[in-house]
Amino acid sequence: MTRGVAIERVSFSYGDNLIIDNVSLDIAKGEFFAFLGPSGSGKTTLLRLIAGFGIPSSGRILIDEKDVTHLPPWSRNVGMVFQNYALWPHMTVAKNVAFGLERRRLPKAEIRRKVDDVLHLVGLAEFADRRPAQLSGGQQQRVALARTLVIEPTVLLLDEPLSNLDAKLRVEMRSELRQLQQKVGITTVYVTHDQEDANSVADRIAVLDRGRIQQVGTPIALYDHPASRFVAGFLGTANMIDGEVQKDGRFVADGFSLDAAGAPAGRAAISVRPQDITVGPAGTGIGATVTNREFLGSVTRYRIRIGNNALTVDVPHRRDVTPYPVGTEVGVVIDPQQAAVLR
Amino acid sequence: MSTATITTGRAPRFSLAARYGASVPQVAAMIVVAVFLLAFLVIPIVRVFMVAFTHPEGGFSLVHFGDFFRTNLLRQAFWNSLYVAAITVVVASLIAVPLATILSRFRFRGAALIHTLGVVPLVMPPFVGAVAMQLIYGRNGTINLLMMDWFGFRIPFMEGLNGVIFVEALHYFPFILLNLSASLANIDSAMEESAQNLGAHGFTLFLRIVFPLALPGYVAGAALVFVKVFDDLATPLLLNVSNMLAPQAYLKITSVGISDPMGYVISVIMVVCSVGGLALSGLFLRGRDFSTQQRGGGGLSQRELRRSGRIAAAVFVVVAVALALSPHIGIFLLSVGTVWSYAVLPDAYTFAHYETIYREAGPLISNTVLYCGLAGVADVVLGATVAYIVLRTRLPGRRLVEQVAMSAVAIPGLVLGIGLLRTYYDVTLPFSGESLATFWVMLVIAYAVRRLPYALSAATAALRQVHLSLEEAAESLGAGKFTTLTRVVVPLMTGGLLAGFVTSFATAAVELSATLMLVAKQADAPLAYGIYVYMQSAAGRGPGAALGVIAVVVVAIATFVSYRIAEHERNLKARVGAFT
Repeated sequence: MTRGVAIERVSFSYGDNLIIDNVSLDIAKGEFFAFLGPSGSGKTTLLRLIAGFGIPSSGRILIDEKDVTHLPPWSRNVGMVFQNYALWPHMTVAKNVAFGLERRRLPKAEIRRKVDDVLHLVGLAEFADRRPAQLSGGQQQRVALARTLVIEPTVLLLDEPLSNLDAKLRVEMRSELRQLQQKVGITTVYVTHDQEDANSVADRIAVLDRGRIQQVGTPIALYDHPASRFVAGFLGTANMIDGEVQKDGRFVADGFSLDAAGAPAGRAAISVRPQDITVGPAGTGIGATVTNREFLGSVTRYRIRIGNNALTVDVPHRRDVTPYPVGTEVGVVIDPQQAAVLR
Repeated sequence: MSTATITTGRAPRFSLAARYGASVPQVAAMIVVAVFLLAFLVIPIVRVFMVAFTHPEGGFSLVHFGDFFRTNLLRQAFWNSLYVAAITVVVASLIAVPLATILSRFRFRGAALIHTLGVVPLVMPPFVGAVAMQLIYGRNGTINLLMMDWFGFRIPFMEGLNGVIFVEALHYFPFILLNLSASLANIDSAMEESAQNLGAHGFTLFLRIVFPLALPGYVAGAALVFVKVFDDLATPLLLNVSNMLAPQAYLKITSVGISDPMGYVISVIMVVCSVGGLALSGLFLRGRDFSTQQRGGGGLSQRELRRSGRIAAAVFVVVAVALALSPHIGIFLLSVGTVWSYAVLPDAYTFAHYETIYREAGPLISNTVLYCGLAGVADVVLGATVAYIVLRTRLPGRRLVEQVAMSAVAIPGLVLGIGLLRTYYDVTLPFSGESLATFWVMLVIAYAVRRLPYALSAATAALRQVHLSLEEAAESLGAGKFTTLTRVVVPLMTGGLLAGFVTSFATAAVELSATLMLVAKQADAPLAYGIYVYMQSAAGRGPGAALGVIAVVVVAIATFVSYRIAEHERNLKARVGAFT
């Protein structure tokens, strides 16, 4: 794989606070890569280090195999779209977009042509003479994107670009972003705290927590094979059940046991998604009790108790099927194939 | 449906309410305010204009303006006033712009303290410090005596117009500092980072991004300085500079008489320049309120300075703060010194001046408290009324009333004084036969008109904070309009109104331009007038300075109190805000 961005053993601290803790990561050229994590996980800081806003206390950052660790932001040719867009209110849309080209001392005619082209690309050609304040949130977002793309950066950095948009626009913009990235073919790093955003656009995701990378992989790999409780809980909803893997390869928890062949013996937990548990009449599987029930439309969400463990179970809703009332004894089946064993 | 039956019973009143959202008392209140503004602001100013444009034999004429520009002295006064105001803006900028940049941009200890110190000069009106400044920076003042000793030359800080410029610049630079600092603090750091990301740095970054974004704050501050300096009467008078517009108008009216048209012509020119200055800045600022268009905020990213930069910045800050404080230090030394003349410092120290003041100045202080207290109360009542009418009713003409009230900002105190004098000179009071224009109540009225814009802004801000739903909640629980007003609206506005009162009171206490025109006899004189009179004689400087110190302390306490009230209100609102 050709590396577009390489982060090698990078640490960064702010005062005594270690924000980034020995992170190493390779991002392929042309890849759409996401940093996913809760607030305070260090994902934005890591993005800013790639852009040059801050110098790592140790480690190197390479862009197209060139060490940029100590280059100032203005010499990196890395394009960053800021969370609040950071459009300059005193300039028109066209002036905003032309700014980076003017810094690169391009001839006037070429600047005009490129600004025109990129505004067409994001569908805002007729807004060139407006001020940012006269645009909607989604339009401002596109201008910010155009302003960054027009300089043809080696890497595109997106800092929570959809967080200021309403739900409907988010979904639209995110597929547009993906299409645009495919068309331009630019290495892209996308920071978000929203797993749905990351899953829907990214080729690969790095999950961050407390300044460390928890796991790197494709969205499906992360969802199906979380490496830790944190990843299992952060991507989607997961039931986490503590127990022990015994020598015979069975996972034993309070009230039930499960085949966990291949897992090493010792204390462990399993993670099961709510939709991977089936609920039937009492006597058909593990004995359980319904403690709560919510009808959510497409599914009925049960809270059930097995021994000391409380589990969330989603049962797809069918017409005219009456759900189990609270207090009912039920039988529960957990498919070992769908359960991930965690340390 | 039952309500419909009830309303038909008092249809006339309700139709008024339905059409304008106003009741009879509200209409009455607006009429009272309108009459007050008409009588004490609009008519006096119109009178000034009429006199200036009336031919000696009657009829409209520009003949007086012709005379004005044909008279060498007046033409010179006009240019001097423009020159002094413009150069003061330049000098004030030379202090304020680097200070604001250093304070907002670089991390170093004591920045907050310097911000506070920078506001100190505003606490004292410029004329109070003028004499002390002569003693420090004058030809034979502290600095020049030391310079002569050490280097063998003098710097003419205080010669002629220089003195006015220097005193005004030291006094008013905080207007630029405060506005520019606010502008800089509002710049979102992402504004700068995005430019760096696209390849800009250093001077280009400053010129293309930081400067344009901070410019609105600078222009607002600079316009304020220009207008204030253009209007100032007492500072040039105390520095013996009479060839400027304000002193000329004053001298014409007081020495030639209130019928001399030249005083009115000068007044008209002053109003035009003042309004013009504010209008120009307003035009420039239109559509440039960038602070509301930036989402992040939080100010520019601060940087560590290199050693050499740190030293340079520290030296600049120390010099600027020393300059800003020098009028205060000077006035204090003057108030406790025996003789201070041709010397670096006073010869000896004494409390005698404070004793003199204690014996003589009682009426000055009680007059000030009475006048400014009444003016403050009037402003709060008028301001709250106008704010309520504008925000809560749809009465026709309410915007006009608000604009007229706010327009007092652009009217120089001197011009208002002349207008009031001219309009009410021939109106005599019953019993005493005294002229209404020189009756002490006229001072209260002049202060109230001059400070109304401050009180109105404070009241409008306070009322904006009272959400309409709070009133509707009271009404739905059965409270009538009046009960809602007294039990809900006014209590919620108290903090803002109190801050408005204190501001009006404190700034009126040091108002001199209008005072000089309207004080007829010593017994009616307030503090500012007393300081001015004392300062004019060499023997009176000590007691004058002592009075000045008292005025500074009073205004400082008032400013501090209003600041605390505002802060308390903000905290309270923030807490309530958390629940809504």
